[in-house]
Amino acid sequence: MNWLFEMLSYSFMQRALIAGILISICAALTGVSLVLRKNSMIGDGLSHTAFGAFAIATVLNFTPIWFAIPVVIIASFFVLKLSGNKKINGDAAIALLSASSLAIGTMAISLTKGVNIDLNSYLFGSVLSIGWSDVWLSLGLTAVVVLLYVFAHNRIFAITFDEDFAKAIGIKTNVYDVIFAIICSLVVVIGMRLLGALLISSLIIFPTLIAMQFSKSFGRVVVYAVLISMINFALGLAVSYLITSPTGATVVIVNLIALVIVYALRKIIGK
Amino acid sequence: MPLTSPKAIPKATSEAASAPRPTMSPLITAKNLSLSYGQSKVIDSADFVVNEQDFVCVVGANGSGKSTLIKAILGLLKPRTGKISFGSNIKRNSIGFLPQDTKVDSNFPATVFEIVLSGTLGYLGIKAFYRKKDKAKAEEALKNLNISKLKNTSFSNLSGGQKQKVLLARALAATSKILILDEPSNNLDYKSRQEFYKALKNLNQSGLTIVMITHDLDAEDLIGNKIISIKESKVACEITTEYLRRYK
Repeated sequence: MNWLFEMLSYSFMQRALIAGILISICAALTGVSLVLRKNSMIGDGLSHTAFGAFAIATVLNFTPIWFAIPVVIIASFFVLKLSGNKKINGDAAIALLSASSLAIGTMAISLTKGVNIDLNSYLFGSVLSIGWSDVWLSLGLTAVVVLLYVFAHNRIFAITFDEDFAKAIGIKTNVYDVIFAIICSLVVVIGMRLLGALLISSLIIFPTLIAMQFSKSFGRVVVYAVLISMINFALGLAVSYLITSPTGATVVIVNLIALVIVYALRKIIGK
Repeated sequence: MPLTSPKAIPKATSEAASAPRPTMSPLITAKNLSLSYGQSKVIDSADFVVNEQDFVCVVGANGSGKSTLIKAILGLLKPRTGKISFGSNIKRNSIGFLPQDTKVDSNFPATVFEIVLSGTLGYLGIKAFYRKKDKAKAEEALKNLNISKLKNTSFSNLSGGQKQKVLLARALAATSKILILDEPSNNLDYKSRQEFYKALKNLNQSGLTIVMITHDLDAEDLIGNKIISIKESKVACEITTEYLRRYK
């Protein structure tokens, strides 16, 4: 167990663990609704947009996170608007947004001379990039998301299960859509520094998929997804420290292994 | 007796619209109602009345505007002209609604009780948690449809007929006055459909007003006392026996 104490003795690992667990909570809570409404790809599209925004902010010498947050929120409204438009294919719009943002970000970095940017840390994340300001931001976001879920979980369930019915009984579904878009944007921007633009959406998708394998109640899926997300992040971080592997990729692989095990167990038990 | 689409839509008359149960008061009244999506007009100058305890079947070909009309009644679509008004004790968010089953994910992780209880959200206002009376209302809805034993069962483990009954129970938990159903018998086998219709008839006899879109124009699907038929944007409202007589 010495390695564990050693790992936790580093302040950058402490920050990564705290911020990561907080972001895991937010990602799991947001993910349940996104996955069940078949909007999982929104997280992916927004994370690529965040990459483009981070790259441009760095080139222009702005503070990346404060530049990326409004850009990604605007992009989330754009995606939201397109997904509600029957004439436009929402999936195609997200794919366009993803590819364009990645291309713009990469071009911005490659064409700028005299700026030293580690492209890998943007794409795949880095525990070293997490500062105390990220921890405080994650804490604030988690407080907002948890409070929203505590006080609106019944309405979130109704919207997630059947949006038309929710509208018919007077729930303002468009308000919840906007709130979710903002939260999802913040989760992506803050979490991207840790897991990277290419991997952050896994934090949104995996916990819900794993929780759905062994629970058929919405309330339990929410609770299990949060617990799974926290445990898998902590486990992934610890394993990445032990075997000196990239944190983002390790967290995703831990989630993937958990999903395969739970899926196989469900099939064997026949639940 | 399979029926084809009406050759000519009769003009709605006030007699047809309100005749079957003259002692009952109007619950939904549409006056000069026109509905459209963008520039495309779907419903043109419709007038009809749904009275208390009516069982109305809305019929018409695919794309004729049946679901659009229901959306307008539910307040999900603003009329281009005219208006829809409700009886004195009716609010829009206290109408029970059963959407087309294709819009609900049949593998959604939720228990029957979670789904039925969500029907009471319209009564909660700004409150965050369900109250005892909301839970009692949901229990009553389950009991009325004889599905109390399914309370803790997962929605994904139910048959098509049971799923429709659960969604009907959710609609019942949302209302004690009006149920609006959008093609509820789609994808149900013959036996399940007959059971479902029987449950609807019982609810109507116990005092509930029902407006049901039906896709099938078989006479046995026209179980209501009144028909609203839509053809080429025109809406007609007449009692069922008269509608059926025109096809003989």
